[in-house]
Amino acid sequence: MKKILALALAAAMSLSLAACGGGNGGNNPGGSSANNPGSASQPGTDVSTPVDSKSDFKVGAVYITSQNDTAGYTFQHHNGITTAMKALGLDPADLIVVDNVPDNDDTAVATAIDTVVNQGADIVFGISFGYINAMNDKAAEYSDVIFSHGTGYMANDTNFNNYFGRIYQARYLAGIAAGLKAKELGNNNIGYVAAYNTEYAETCSGINAFALGAQSANPDVKVYVNKINTWGDETLERQAAQALIDTYNCGVISQHCDSAQPQLVAQENGAFGCGYNSDMTEQAPNGHITAAIWHWNVYYQTAIQAAMDCNGDASKFVENMGGNAYYAGLAEGFVDASPVNEKTAAPDTKAVMDAVRELIVSGDWDVFSGVKLSYTVTDGKVEITKTNADLVDNAGNVIVAAGGPSVDDGVIKGSMNYNVAGVVEG
Amino acid sequence: MNDPINVLTLFLFNIVLINIPLLYGTVGEIVVEKAGSLDLGVEGTMAVGAIFGYLAGCAANSMVVGLLVSFLAAGLCGALFAVLTVSFQANQNVTGLTITTFGLGLYFFVGKGMGERWPAMTVASALVDGFTARELPLLSKIPVLGKVFFSQNLLVYLGVAVAVLVWWYLNFTKTGLRLRAVGENPGAADSVGVNILLYKYVHLIAGSGIMGLGGFYMALNMSGSFEGSNCWINGYGWIAIALVIFANWNPVMAILGTLVFGFFNTLQIYSGALAGAFPGGLGWLNAVPAQLFKALPFIITAIVLIASSVRKKEGSGQPAALGLNYFREER
Repeated sequence: MKKILALALAAAMSLSLAACGGGNGGNNPGGSSANNPGSASQPGTDVSTPVDSKSDFKVGAVYITSQNDTAGYTFQHHNGITTAMKALGLDPADLIVVDNVPDNDDTAVATAIDTVVNQGADIVFGISFGYINAMNDKAAEYSDVIFSHGTGYMANDTNFNNYFGRIYQARYLAGIAAGLKAKELGNNNIGYVAAYNTEYAETCSGINAFALGAQSANPDVKVYVNKINTWGDETLERQAAQALIDTYNCGVISQHCDSAQPQLVAQENGAFGCGYNSDMTEQAPNGHITAAIWHWNVYYQTAIQAAMDCNGDASKFVENMGGNAYYAGLAEGFVDASPVNEKTAAPDTKAVMDAVRELIVSGDWDVFSGVKLSYTVTDGKVEITKTNADLVDNAGNVIVAAGGPSVDDGVIKGSMNYNVAGVVEG
Repeated sequence: MNDPINVLTLFLFNIVLINIPLLYGTVGEIVVEKAGSLDLGVEGTMAVGAIFGYLAGCAANSMVVGLLVSFLAAGLCGALFAVLTVSFQANQNVTGLTITTFGLGLYFFVGKGMGERWPAMTVASALVDGFTARELPLLSKIPVLGKVFFSQNLLVYLGVAVAVLVWWYLNFTKTGLRLRAVGENPGAADSVGVNILLYKYVHLIAGSGIMGLGGFYMALNMSGSFEGSNCWINGYGWIAIALVIFANWNPVMAILGTLVFGFFNTLQIYSGALAGAFPGGLGWLNAVPAQLFKALPFIITAIVLIASSVRKKEGSGQPAALGLNYFREER
């Protein structure tokens, strides 16, 4: 009797666990019966029929957390996709989503993609880096569906591309705000809570661009980097920010991690900060200055439009996008610095940032070049002075000789693996 | 610019400040395990204690209310565990995991449900004040160690006091002796008239309550900021389970264990600063992969496990009936 009861309870519990796990997708991902070609390959098998009505076009997405999030990475992407859909006359309610797909489990990602495709999606967005292999495989398997992978590097010449942005340009702008603030405070120590550093071009290019921006406004600043070895961990982010303030007396804290904890810590300590991903002035109104942010809808609108223009022939997608890697920046409005918080920013911050934004958008100058910027502000008029100078890493190696062109391909192709001079591992 | 002694002091100070929740979790789990139950739900139990304790503490603007509610809320998780495993004889491992899933779910459900109404800790002056460092007279004047051990907040001192109290209770009181008997051999304890059901229930609830206090500590240490991307407890509950083994089921040893685990936990954050402050002696720290710091406490636990099994039973604090359900009719 006892054993039966225990067994029954154990079974009930494991079932309830399984039910929780399976319920996330809002669909039965294991249902192989859904693999029948009925809805799945509609656009492909019937190539001759163009998708004439816009509402026939179906968008699908695979998320790392939930579409119901109120902040964070998935929230930003979901917001971007739904905004783009509205702009294109599609109903966001028709978006096909699988939530909570772990990015270290190829099988789970593949199943999620099957689920989305079987519901008739014409384009599938995968937002997390780790989806890369599954996206690649499924793009080959479903040649009649378009696949688009965020932050990755794999692609093909027909129905599969990847997308990311020149967020370093936005970080340079944020760096200017931090450098000016450091100058105002008379404290040249700036802290930076980073997920990783030189392990990823994405992280170290962000640190470097931020440091260069800060140095352009205040040549004496040092950027102390405390890396937490995870993309998001509220507890560690808080501890790292606090440690930067305690040990280096940093007056400004920037970050490349998911939560707003570093900004909150800065505010609690009477310091200031530059956030990431969203305008964190909302969370830390008395600490936050400006954040490097994404406008994901810019890409999603471009991509969905290009996909709709394929008229059912998914193989034309890459051609319509003008290439299989989308890498836009300030000029396209894909990235930007969030509105400057006048309550915390040093005087003239907005004016200088606007002037540099204009310069970058014009295409005359980019961050990782052998030309340094400096500014003089008179009566609100900003004058940018360009000086030829070597771009040097913090081991003393010259990366770009004075006057040389920007090495932004080190970011795009992911080969950047150094810190510029003035960056200290803290 | 960066005074090495200052960096070292800050590092040691933070080992204590950041890791005390481990002590609460460990001591709570020791109480539970001494009753013969293996509760893997520490993480969830602490999460429940944390969120309800914090919300109640803010609402009442009182440390005592916060502590009490976190104890009771986590105690309810313990009661749930007791009902399932003691009364209904469910598998303890599965039940513990269920409590973790349930507790974390409840944490996010309540936190996200609060939305805009989430209270900032600055509103509750009593919590801010209660978590402010208190310098103990004289002791805090000792160089370095005074700052590290005797200039902490009240909950740090309380944690140590609870650990010592539980150690005394287990080893020097009659009920403590009976409790240990329940964990070692419930059949024998039952035969001499110990009420197994009562002992299990009371200690599962009390142990879980102590874990909840650790959760409340985490909430205050996070300044009560709820963002909902990951839980405040952040895996401390799991480390606590390993710490129980490390401490050999001895609450006083758990204090030492907390410091050892905490050392590596905090070294991750401070390695850069230490390397910068002591370029000659500790410069190599920058070259150590952080994953190693995360793994080291568990490697040490494995070594302790091997050492204690080599010594055979002698000196092992593990209750003999740990993880086994007691069914009276099978005695």
